[in-house]
Amino acid sequence: MFVLTASVLGARASNTARRAGTVLVTLLGLLALTFIIGRVMPLDPVLAVVGPDADSSTYDQVYRAMGLDKPIWTQFGLYLNDLLHGNFGNALLTGHPVLDDIRRVFPATIELATLAILFGIVIGLPLGVCAASNQGRMGDHVARVITLFGYSTPIFWLGMMGLLVFYAWLGWAGGAGRIDLAYDGMVPDVTGLLLVDSALAGDWEAFASALRHIVLPALILGLNSVAYISRMTRSFMLEQLSQEYIITARVKGLSRRQVVWGHAFRNILVQLLTVVALAYGSLLEGAVLIETVFAWPGFGQYLTSSLMLGDMNAVMGCVLVIGLIFVALNLISDALYTVFDPRTR
Amino acid sequence: MSAIKLNVEGLNVRFVNGQKETHAVRDVSFTLGREKLAIVGESGSGKSTVGRSLLKLHPPSARISAKAMAFGEIDLLSASEKAMQKIRGQRISMIMQDPKYSLNPVVKVGDQIAEAYLAHHKASRSDARERVMQMLEQVHIRDPKRVYNLYPHEVSGGMGQRIMIAMMVITRPEVIIADEPTSALDVSVRQQVLSVLEELVEQQQMGLIFVSHDLNLVRNYCDRVLVMYAGRVVESLAACDLQYAEHPYTRGLLAALPSMDNRRVHLPVLKRDPLWLTH
Repeated sequence: MFVLTASVLGARASNTARRAGTVLVTLLGLLALTFIIGRVMPLDPVLAVVGPDADSSTYDQVYRAMGLDKPIWTQFGLYLNDLLHGNFGNALLTGHPVLDDIRRVFPATIELATLAILFGIVIGLPLGVCAASNQGRMGDHVARVITLFGYSTPIFWLGMMGLLVFYAWLGWAGGAGRIDLAYDGMVPDVTGLLLVDSALAGDWEAFASALRHIVLPALILGLNSVAYISRMTRSFMLEQLSQEYIITARVKGLSRRQVVWGHAFRNILVQLLTVVALAYGSLLEGAVLIETVFAWPGFGQYLTSSLMLGDMNAVMGCVLVIGLIFVALNLISDALYTVFDPRTR
Repeated sequence: MSAIKLNVEGLNVRFVNGQKETHAVRDVSFTLGREKLAIVGESGSGKSTVGRSLLKLHPPSARISAKAMAFGEIDLLSASEKAMQKIRGQRISMIMQDPKYSLNPVVKVGDQIAEAYLAHHKASRSDARERVMQMLEQVHIRDPKRVYNLYPHEVSGGMGQRIMIAMMVITRPEVIIADEPTSALDVSVRQQVLSVLEELVEQQQMGLIFVSHDLNLVRNYCDRVLVMYAGRVVESLAACDLQYAEHPYTRGLLAALPSMDNRRVHLPVLKRDPLWLTH
């Protein structure tokens, strides 16, 4: 008994170690790739610092100060060393350390993407279940049209149309930015999530304003997840609904709803978890376009402007953060597998 | 045999797939009383389809018609889905073939049995649990408290099938359709499962439709046998008279059975007569 327990624990530990190793290698590969791309691109990081009017001695000085005269692998090594000491370098755009910048812009994106994924789940999931349980009938066709629309409509076009209709014409939405100017900076910064912070402060007017601003971009950003989640839900459900245990459930005299939600749906939770995690990850990076259209001061906008400037410190910092998020989401969904599927325990 | 529970006359099932139509069950008629009725036949002969049609669990592509398909006073043919939900499980239930696939993999087996009970009885969770424990004991499962909390992948095939039986009998139905209930089991546990089923059927005076392709099993286990071939009932006779079967198809099947006393180098191959398809 003891030996068994020990070997199980050992297997678990080695499993964790293996997974940690994979994570490290993934992140290192990601960094190396971005680093090389950044150095190969015809961008001049020095020029971005000194400006076009600087003389050549200043240029050379900065060139050496940035370590650009050393071989590329040495540069990469130095960068990694800095990273390990928590130093992501300074961003050219703001002059602040990259890490501080990311910390500042990230909550805006998290808030947007989280609301978007909530829309994706709340709309996409029932849509997919409805499509599967009405296969070939009306519900399925409606879901297909919505899905097609969500997949194929460019997000920036939707963003502009949304602003035109709901902001300019109807005046329902809040327009550009995270909150009306009157409340800007008035909400005490606790989590960086305006909805949470204004609610914590009990400032319901600010909350309403923030809500009016976030709903439209979140809906539009979430539309792609609606399409993705409903499509995947539909195919997972179809697979389950053709299983024998569905017949068993019907033999018991259960209603359609009980069979669909109580039996088939419980069996797709594990697969859905991965889908939602992936969708959430791609929302975080996919926020770039919608943030530009809605002047949303988030991660996507920061990344775009850094890219335009050729600011590799900021870009690599962002890439690392996105990579970390993806890896973390994957680990979390793996860990949750055991909660939903007794066979993996 | 006493009061007629099921009366089926001229049952036809067609599967329609675009232009293609498959006539799976043709003019099948039988009655079921308080007895064990076997339906035997080869794969694809329509025997499982008959069982599923009685509960109207056929896929949407199937078209069912019949002169009569009555359960007591109830006309199953015209019964709505809502009415069928009241009948399924509570009055007619069905034991499926392989517990590996017919139990929901992510729900505790005890809860699956309790669900069958709660679908038709207003009872508290703890009452249902109590009933499940009794039922598990009736299907000869020792330590029902432990078994209640197991998941389907944690039980053996024989135990899984006894759980299936418990689930389908807990509501005391009047008719049970057993769709090859032992085909997926080892020979060693087959007898055990069959005797559990027999015990409950006799105790609760149920009618049993036993779908199988095991002639020897059916001969000893059931009262009456319907032999199906290509969607038709070609012969209907008492199980004990099986050896006196007249139809050449049944005779052919019997002749193809291996026997300990009469060893043959080659078993005879069934010769099919196209006439069987029309008569």
